[in-house]
Amino acid sequence: MLAYIVRRLGYAIPILIGVNLITFALFFVVNTPDQMARVHLGDKHVSEDAIQQWKAQRGYDVPLFFNAESDNPLRDTIFFQKSLTLLVFDFGLSDEGRAIGQDIKERMWPSLAVQIPTLIIGLIVNISFALFVVLFRASVFELAAMILCVVMLSISSVFYVIGGQFFFAKLWNLVPISGYLHGIEAWKFLILPVIIGVIAGIGSGTRLYRTLFLEEASRDYIRTARAKGVSELRVLFRHLLPNGLIPVLTGVVVVIPSLFMGSLLIESFFGIPGLGSYTLDAIQAQDFAIVRAMVFLGSVLYILGLILTDISYTMVDPRVKLS
Amino acid sequence: MIQPVFLWSDILIFTLVLAVVFFLWQLRRQPLTRKRWHAVFASRIGMSSFLIIMTYVLIALLDSIHYREALPTTPSTHEAVLTASAPTAYSNEVKSLLDWLLSDLTKTKETTYSAPFALYSFAKESRVDDNGQVTRVFPRLQHVASHLLNDQQRLIDITAHSIKALFIGLLIALPLVGLHWFWRRSKGPSQLPWLTAYLTITILIVSATWMILLSQHYHIFGTDKIGTDVLYQSIKSIRTGILIGTLATLLALPLAIILGISAGYFKGWIDDAVQYLYTTLSSIPGILLIAASVLLIDVYIETHADEFTLTALRADFKFLALCAILGLTSWTGLCRLLRAETLKVSQLDYVQAAHAFGVSHRRIIGRHILPNVTHIVLIALVLDFSAFVLAEAVLSYIGVGVDASMHSWGNMINAARSELSRDPFIWWPVLSAFIFMFVLVLAANLFADEVRHAFDPHRVKEPRV
Repeated sequence: MLAYIVRRLGYAIPILIGVNLITFALFFVVNTPDQMARVHLGDKHVSEDAIQQWKAQRGYDVPLFFNAESDNPLRDTIFFQKSLTLLVFDFGLSDEGRAIGQDIKERMWPSLAVQIPTLIIGLIVNISFALFVVLFRASVFELAAMILCVVMLSISSVFYVIGGQFFFAKLWNLVPISGYLHGIEAWKFLILPVIIGVIAGIGSGTRLYRTLFLEEASRDYIRTARAKGVSELRVLFRHLLPNGLIPVLTGVVVVIPSLFMGSLLIESFFGIPGLGSYTLDAIQAQDFAIVRAMVFLGSVLYILGLILTDISYTMVDPRVKLS
Repeated sequence: MIQPVFLWSDILIFTLVLAVVFFLWQLRRQPLTRKRWHAVFASRIGMSSFLIIMTYVLIALLDSIHYREALPTTPSTHEAVLTASAPTAYSNEVKSLLDWLLSDLTKTKETTYSAPFALYSFAKESRVDDNGQVTRVFPRLQHVASHLLNDQQRLIDITAHSIKALFIGLLIALPLVGLHWFWRRSKGPSQLPWLTAYLTITILIVSATWMILLSQHYHIFGTDKIGTDVLYQSIKSIRTGILIGTLATLLALPLAIILGISAGYFKGWIDDAVQYLYTTLSSIPGILLIAASVLLIDVYIETHADEFTLTALRADFKFLALCAILGLTSWTGLCRLLRAETLKVSQLDYVQAAHAFGVSHRRIIGRHILPNVTHIVLIALVLDFSAFVLAEAVLSYIGVGVDASMHSWGNMINAARSELSRDPFIWWPVLSAFIFMFVLVLAANLFADEVRHAFDPHRVKEPRV
């Protein structure tokens, strides 16, 4: 097991280096630091001095790959200082001069506070709905439920957020529209984002799980169980559900690490100071250092999710062998 | 005098239309594919959702024929023209055929917000009466129902116009449907659900007439902050929605097909390289990759401002870049599917036989592999379409979407967002964007389901919805 995990982590390294190279190419080669400085200083006729000063403050005033003037020609380069350091999770300073690593540590908690309940409640709701639909398959109820699912998944998540804020917060005054408090008081601000996150996922989630369960329901052991005279409910919960959950698991485990990143849309609409709104603010302020750090962090978490998926697969399905 | 303007996205979309026509023409020789398409249209949902999508596409195509109007020559320059035949100056505003058709809607600009079917403006204005007294009143809208004698007649007027629209709509739709029915009757029985098609067309025509007729006298969906008709904006946004849905996949399609098939066919180091490439790209969170790339495009546009002489050109460049990036993020999934299917297909007997006969790689791929994986491409195309339309709204809201000068549903929502906290609530721009977007995405989703149902050989045998 341990050897397998170590090997999987080893596979991740070339991918992370690849991601690193892509972000480096995007942020420093496609656009030179000079152009970034120009955009940041916001003036068409910026003096050369101002640009040099902006670059010097942020450490962009060294060559990209090779610094012939320095004693340490490979170390004193943008690639080493800004890109390779990401590989050891040293995120450095944002263009505004704040420590990105510290910001991330602080802001991941509100993100998790929204994302974890959304994931768990969403899973429970979607699986129950899907089981209901499978129980009543080939009936009017199924038809109605599936039409409802298509309708729900055709609505942009933006409308769920706007509608939710309008009805729950504005019209009925049940919860505050937006904002956040640290500590236990946060629940008031979390209810609405979580509800909306769950509702927005019902359409696609139920449809997906229904397909997975139906595939399982067409297998021989289910037919055998029915033929033996096992009741439909028992077939559903004892036979179908445990096996049907295996593919559900793959889809869920892979997103667990990414929960840290938060949701850009939900967090910005509800004013939750998590990593999602952090990223969004950085995008809007054109803070390239933060965006670069978040791109890298996101890839790391995704790859972690893939590895976790493989491991969890072997734990729930004895047929899968580690190789 | 007008001067045609060819935007890159226009050229691409019309190329796409030509490609689709060519594809349909090719269908004559492929009985199996024809049978599958027949199955798509034999379902009532498939038929009516297709007609709705086609209506949107037609509007998008009308909106893709661009031109610039010549500026009116002033008397002083007029002489210059006569003497030196100076080149005619063209307006900086790029218009489309759709603008020309909707010119009624653009002329009736109000000053600020007004609710749907409202007679009075949403915001109060200061008025000075004859005695010098300043009063705050809701001003009467300038371009709304000027024929009404008093405000109480509004409801009756709307009803009267609606009934009139219904009759005119039926008057247009029924002969069309009737003609087609007669023509079809002479061709023998058909399995296609024509009744549903007729009904859909009639409903589409009637609602179009209703909108046209009532928008002559009212702002059906109200007006926005600077007084532009919201209905006009929603209709103009159709082009953005349709184009982003089609071009995004299309731009990434060649890459996915070439890499996916070569990975599955040649195996070895090519396979390793392609797998590495798509694992790396897909491990970057899509929305962040898009955001980062759009930021970089913005930087490019800002530093190369002189290359984009017209606003429309700049917007179009940004739009195409966005499509390409969206395509890049979805490319990896399709590439993985194609690789897996090619691996499977290239083990089959007929491919082995072709190898044994010494058929060249290019011919094997072209004749034996490609036709057997097209269903995957097709399913990916229709599934991604609605996903991209939805993504546009979120991206524009986040601020990394299409150019602010371009009409899009995302921009409409974004603009309305700052007004959401206002009391009373300004709901109509959001509602209008919602309706137009929802109809398109719903139709696309339903159509995608039917296509998948007809083309996917591995689908679960499940009761049809």
